[in-house]
Amino acid sequence: MAFQSLSERLQETFKKLKGKGRLTEADVNEALREVRLALLEADVNFKVVKEFVNSVRAKAVGDEVLTSLTPAQHVVKIVRDELASLMGGQNAKIQIAHKPPTVIMMVGLQGSGKTTTSAKLANHFKAQGRRSLLVAGDIYRPAAIKQLQVLGDKLDVPVFQMGEQKPPAIARAALESARRNGQDLVIIDTAGRLHINDELMQELEQIKAGVEPHEILLVVDAMTGQDAVAVADTFHKRLGLSGVVLTKLDGDTRGGAALSVRQVTGCPIKFAGIGEKLDALEPFHPDRMADRILGMGDVLTLIEKAQATMDADEAKRLQEKLKSADFDLNDFLSQLRQFKKMGPIDQVMGMIPGFDKMSKKMKGQMDFDEKDLVFAEAIINSMNARERANPEIMDGSRRKRVARGSGTSVQEVNRLLKQFEQTRKLVRQFSDWEKTAKKGGKKRRLPKFPFM
Amino acid sequence: MGIFGRLKQSLSKTREAVSGRVEAAIYGRATVDEELYEKLEEILIQSDVGVGTSMELVEGVRAVLKEKRWDDPTKLKPILREKLAEMVAGEDQVALNLPGKPSVIMVVGVNGTGKTTTIGKLAHVLSQDGKRVLLAAADTFRAAAIDQLEVWGRRAGVEVIKQSEGSDPAAVVYDSLQAAKSRDYDVVIVDTAGRLHTKVNLMEELKKVYRVLGREIPGAPHEVLLVLDATTGQNAISQAKMFGEATGVTGIVLTKLDGTAKGGIVVAIKRELRIPVKLVGTGEGIGDLAYFDAKEFIDAIFGEQ
Ligand SMILES: Nc1nc2c(ncn2[C@@H]2O[C@H](COP(=O)(O)OP(=O)(O)O)[C@@H](O)[C@H]2O)c(=O)[nH]1
Ligand SMILES: [Mg+2]
Repeated sequence: MAFQSLSERLQETFKKLKGKGRLTEADVNEALREVRLALLEADVNFKVVKEFVNSVRAKAVGDEVLTSLTPAQHVVKIVRDELASLMGGQNAKIQIAHKPPTVIMMVGLQGSGKTTTSAKLANHFKAQGRRSLLVAGDIYRPAAIKQLQVLGDKLDVPVFQMGEQKPPAIARAALESARRNGQDLVIIDTAGRLHINDELMQELEQIKAGVEPHEILLVVDAMTGQDAVAVADTFHKRLGLSGVVLTKLDGDTRGGAALSVRQVTGCPIKFAGIGEKLDALEPFHPDRMADRILGMGDVLTLIEKAQATMDADEAKRLQEKLKSADFDLNDFLSQLRQFKKMGPIDQVMGMIPGFDKMSKKMKGQMDFDEKDLVFAEAIINSMNARERANPEIMDGSRRKRVARGSGTSVQEVNRLLKQFEQTRKLVRQFSDWEKTAKKGGKKRRLPKFPFM
Repeated sequence: MGIFGRLKQSLSKTREAVSGRVEAAIYGRATVDEELYEKLEEILIQSDVGVGTSMELVEGVRAVLKEKRWDDPTKLKPILREKLAEMVAGEDQVALNLPGKPSVIMVVGVNGTGKTTTIGKLAHVLSQDGKRVLLAAADTFRAAAIDQLEVWGRRAGVEVIKQSEGSDPAAVVYDSLQAAKSRDYDVVIVDTAGRLHTKVNLMEELKKVYRVLGREIPGAPHEVLLVLDATTGQNAISQAKMFGEATGVTGIVLTKLDGTAKGGIVVAIKRELRIPVKLVGTGEGIGDLAYFDAKEFIDAIFGEQ
C-alpha cells in the first residue's frame, strides 16, 4: 500500500517516543533524526525534508510541548499537521469556468499516466452530469490516439482527433467543436515529454496560448524519485500549473513525490489515481492522507465511498444478518460484490483505522479482485446449502469435491475460506471500534456498512 | 559504434549532476571536514542512490582517507569513484543470453516504464544483427497496446503475433511460440501488460505466461528483462524484488536516461539485488538503445581517468 513503509517507520518512532513519558529536547531531536531518515528513504526531496524537520523542531521543542502531560502526542500532532500542510492542507477542486466550456490541459513526462487520467477525469465529471470532449493531442507515441479513442468509447465520451496535425491546431479546433456542440468540458491529452526538451515544451506553451486553459494539470507518477521536484518545477515555470494529479498510488510507493511536489511548486495535488480502471480516481485530501500515513485511518473517505456506491437495502439486510450471527458464505459473496464497488480492495481496507496493524499475512489473504470474485462465485455455487451456512464443516474431502465442481483448485477453495474467516474477524474488529468510538462520546458514527 | 558508446553521451546530464556537484563542493576547501562528508551524502541521495547506500559509500570514503591519513579534498572524488565502481561492477554479463532457436525474451515491468518502446528498439538491434525476430503482443489489457506494438514491428521490420484486446495473454504467447518453432525464428520477444508489482492477481497472470513459455520451449524464457524508469526512486528496488520473485529477472533495462534523472538507482539495485543492468534507453527513437557498461557508466559520471 502507498506510504506503508513510511507510515510504519514513523509510527515506530512515535511509539518509542510515547513510551518515554516526559520528553527532553534530546528525545525530540532523536525522534526527528529518525523522521528525517524515514522521509529521505521515502524519496521525499532532500530540501523539502530539511525544511520539514526544521519547522517541526521549531514547534516541538517549545515549553508548551515539553512540559505538557502528553508530550509525545503533542509531537505527533505537530508532525501530522505539518505533513498535511506540506501536501497542501485541504482538498483543492477543479476550477469550473463561469462560461463553459472549462478547458483542462494534461501535461507530464512519458509514461506518467496522462491518457488514462484524461479518461478518468471525463468519467469523474460524467458522474456529475457534465459532458466532456476528450482531445487526442499526443500525435507522437504510436497508437496514442487509438488508446484515447478506445477509452472514450468505453465511457461513451466523444474523442476529438485530427490525426497527426500540429497539437496547438488540434486543441483550438477541439475547443471550437466543443462550443458548437455544447460540451461543457474539454480535456486535452498531450504527448509525454521531458521537461528539458525545449522544442516540445514550446509546443505546450503554444497549446496554452491557443486555448487559454482553466486548468493545467501535471500528471506525476507517485513512484518518482528525487527528480520529481526538478520536473514539476520546470513544468510550472514554463506553463504555470494549476494542479497536480498523482498516479499509481495503488502501488507500494513510499510517497516521496506526493510529499515534495506541492511544497516546491505551490500547486495543490487535486486527484490521485488508485488503479487501472476508469473509476479509480479520487480527490486528494492532504489532511486525510496525513492521517493515513500516521496510522489514524481515513474514515471520512471510507464513508463517502460507501455512501456513493452501496445499495442501501442490501446493506441493511446484510447488517441484520451479521448481527444475528449467521453471516454465511452467501452473505459473504453479496458483501464482496458490494465492497468491490467501492474501489480497489486494499485501498478501501487501508482507510480502516487499525488496518495497517494487521499482519502482512492477513492482508495478503484479503487481497482479491474481479477474477477472484468469479472464482468465489463458482466455489460458493458448488457448495450445498449446509456447507454455505456452516463453512466450518468444510473438511478435506468436501474441499476437494467443491474444487472439482467449480473448476478451481483446492488451494483456491482454501484461499476463499480463509478470506471469509478474515472478513468475519475484521467485521467484528470494526464493530468493536464503532462501539468504543460511541462510548467515548464521539459523534463520529459510521454509516451502515454491509460488513458491520 | 553500434549501440555501445552512446551511453556516455546520453549520461551527460548525470555527469553534470554528480561530478560537477562534487567538484563544486570541494572547490575552495583546504581540508576535508564533516560538512564536506555531509555534502557528499546529500549529492548521492539526490541522485536516487538511496539513503543506506549513500551512507555506506561515504563511510567507505571516510575510512580510506582516515587510513591513509589524507586531508586533501581533491582526493575525495577519485576515492568515491572507486567505491562506486566497486559497487556497480561485478560479474557483469550484459550480452543477452540467446542460446537456441527460438530464444525467448520476456519483458516485464510496471505501467509506462517503456516496455513496448524498448521491445521495438531491441527488435531493431537484433534484426540488424541478422536475427529473425518475432514479437508477441501479450499486453492484451491496455487500450491500443497491440496497435502500438504493431507500429514498432513495422518500424523494425519484424512480424507481430496478436489476438484481440482482452484475450488471454498466455494464449497469445502459446500462438507465438508455435509460429516461431514452425517458421524457424531466432528470437521471440514477449511484450506484457504493465502491472504494479503489488497486485497479487496480475503477478499470478504473469507467472502463468512464464510457465507457458517454459512448457513450450525448455529453458525459456532465456531472458526476463525488467524495464525500469530511471526517474523512479527507491520503489525500483521493490519492483525488482517482486518481479524477481514472480518470474526471475535476468537483467534490467533502464529507460529515460535522456531526462535529468541521475540513474543512481542502478547503484542501489546492484548493491541490494545483484541484478545486472543490461540495456539503457536514451530516447524515443528506434536507435535510442545502448548496452550498459559499468565502466562507461562510471566514466560517464566522473569523466574518464
Ligand atoms: N525520453 C524517453 N522516453 C521513453 C523511453 N522509453 C520509452 N519512452 C516513452 O515512455 C512512454 C511509455 O512507453 P511504453 O513503451 O508505452 O511503456 P510500457 O507501458 O512500459 O509499454 C512512451 O511515451 C515512450 O515513448 C526513453 O528511453 N526515453
Ligand atoms: Mg506496453
